[in-house]
Amino acid sequence: MPLGNLPYLTPALPEILLALGGLALLMYGVFQKAGDSAAEVLAARRTGWAAIATLLVVLVVVVALGKDRALTFGGLFVIDEFTRFTKVLVLAGAATALLMSGDFLARHGAGRFEYPVLLVFAVTGMMMMLSANDLMSLYVGLEMQSLPLYVMATFQRDDSRATEAGLKYFVLGALASGMLLYGSSLVYGFAGSTDFEALAELFRHLGGEAPQIGVVFGMVFILAGLAFKISAVPFHMWAPDVYEGAPTPVTAFFSVAPKIAALGLFVRLMMGPFGEIAPHWQQVVALIAVASMVVGAFGAINQNNIKRLMAYSSIGHVGYALVGLAVADANGIRGMLVYLAIYLVMNLGTFACILAMRRGGRNVESISDLAGVARTHPLFAAALGLLMFSMAGIPPLAGFFGKLYVFLAAVEAKMFVLAAVGLLTSVIAAFYYIRIIRVAYFDEPGEALDRTLNPEVTWVIWATSAIVVLFFLGPGPVLKAAAAAAKALLAG
Amino acid sequence: MIQALAFYMFALTAVLSALLVVSVRNPVHSVLFLILAFFNAAGLFVLAGAEFLAMILVVVYVGAVAVLFMFVVMMLDIDFVVLRQGFMNYLPLGALVGIVMLVELAVVLAGWRAAPYARFPAAPTPGDINNTQAIGEVLYTHYAYLFQAAGMILLVAMVGAIVLTHRERTGVRRQDIAEQIARRPADTVELKKVESGKGI
Repeated sequence: MPLGNLPYLTPALPEILLALGGLALLMYGVFQKAGDSAAEVLAARRTGWAAIATLLVVLVVVVALGKDRALTFGGLFVIDEFTRFTKVLVLAGAATALLMSGDFLARHGAGRFEYPVLLVFAVTGMMMMLSANDLMSLYVGLEMQSLPLYVMATFQRDDSRATEAGLKYFVLGALASGMLLYGSSLVYGFAGSTDFEALAELFRHLGGEAPQIGVVFGMVFILAGLAFKISAVPFHMWAPDVYEGAPTPVTAFFSVAPKIAALGLFVRLMMGPFGEIAPHWQQVVALIAVASMVVGAFGAINQNNIKRLMAYSSIGHVGYALVGLAVADANGIRGMLVYLAIYLVMNLGTFACILAMRRGGRNVESISDLAGVARTHPLFAAALGLLMFSMAGIPPLAGFFGKLYVFLAAVEAKMFVLAAVGLLTSVIAAFYYIRIIRVAYFDEPGEALDRTLNPEVTWVIWATSAIVVLFFLGPGPVLKAAAAAAKALLAG
Repeated sequence: MIQALAFYMFALTAVLSALLVVSVRNPVHSVLFLILAFFNAAGLFVLAGAEFLAMILVVVYVGAVAVLFMFVVMMLDIDFVVLRQGFMNYLPLGALVGIVMLVELAVVLAGWRAAPYARFPAAPTPGDINNTQAIGEVLYTHYAYLFQAAGMILLVAMVGAIVLTHRERTGVRRQDIAEQIARRPADTVELKKVESGKGI
């Protein structure tokens, strides 16, 4: 075959490398000796480290590819500064989540090599989503991401809660995919194209006229499908059960990488093809944002399982991030991207703390297990406290800056209701974050947690707490990168 | 003329064999008539200029689906007499579905007559490109990315299904070719001298 017929592959190099890496890991794992549990655990550990290395290599490639906008595969695939920023977040989040999982699965009787392989495939799907420039590539990316996630949720397949979580996630995820496809078909039927640029061009020519009702209808369906994927209210019902049931490292992964990828896709779709008809979706996104913030704040109050609490917390965080999208200008998008970067760090840190809650080698996950942990593990309690304060948005920790930029954008765009609801719900949410600190510091200690920790988990806890504390010293690079990404998105 | 003749032959055979599929008593014959119906439908596709679809119909439906039906019919012990009991009870519902479909067909035809511009011409036949090549170009050139991605999704689905359901079973006898080859007569065959008239 003449090489001249090959499409221009360089922009997709990270995805290609990741997919090939996943296949290589799969081959390695398949040809290991089966039936010998020690060998299986060893193979799982090796594939885990190899997968982390692959993710890091791909991260370097993404950064090295540069900031220029490039299209390939006949306009199905795009890279620019926005994809660069979000891909870096996704890759870093996924690599850290994999690093943290350490021997968790092996200890809980599910140490198999497929876990890192599925994670690598899921991340491939996320990167394809972020680079989607067409409704079709959006959909294949989304499915490529979702399928491994359903399996990962059920990875402890002998655990009834994990099975329940996987099944719920699968059924609702399939429903969301269906809605997204239905919406896409409507948009295609009424607008005549699935290409993002063609759609944007088409809506630009409307010149302020209302688009056809079918387009708006389809757009809302797509929006609902994506809202499912980011667990925004009213499509959040699956999140608490799935977060609680899935193995903790998987939950940590769920709460960062897929969320950032889906939010990135959401932003590209709304600001790119549908950017010209923003007034037709802004109220919907604003409503979703307000509802998510409120449900996130109130739903978490009564939870005793810390993973369930984190599920509601992440619903709330999605609400805050969506405030940036509802503003629908460069400032809002910048605020949202900064928010996502900070959310990534805080969430990974918190889940590292949750992974560190062990008693007798088994992980425990109820908040009362933390009672009086400050007396037995003062450093751990201090890190947990810092992360919780940051989640609540107390200055000068990183979480405060995330909220600050989003709310500032909302105020500048005169969307005072959004900012006010955001502030109020932050105060309410602070209640349950600080409750964890109260339990850790002031309750009578119960049975002590294990003293020994995985070194990887400890590194993550220290690194994330350090970033959270020191963020205010140098927010410049993150802000600048986010601003450039937002600008690239709006220019594209 | 030849075309019209061929069309009526294929169409008539397809309809007749479809009728026989639901009316013959022997399920194996039923499947065989189904295959005949598929072949005739493929012939109709060829007449319509869709030779690729015709080939796919033969390969997929005759080659795979019908053979699968055949397996099911022949492997499973289904008592068709019991299945057929109370067959007439479904008549009202079946008739209703049939009538609804007939009415819809009538509406479509009426609409067609009322609005001649809705009568899309058949897709233009490009000069020197056959439709296998056209589909190939769309699928493997323009949408190569989506095609590859769909392949990856199927792979992931397969890995996922194996992860969730595969279990190592103990006590299963598997063929071990190396062991089979390494077997020597001396290990397994024992010669006994049996005296005549005594037995072992």
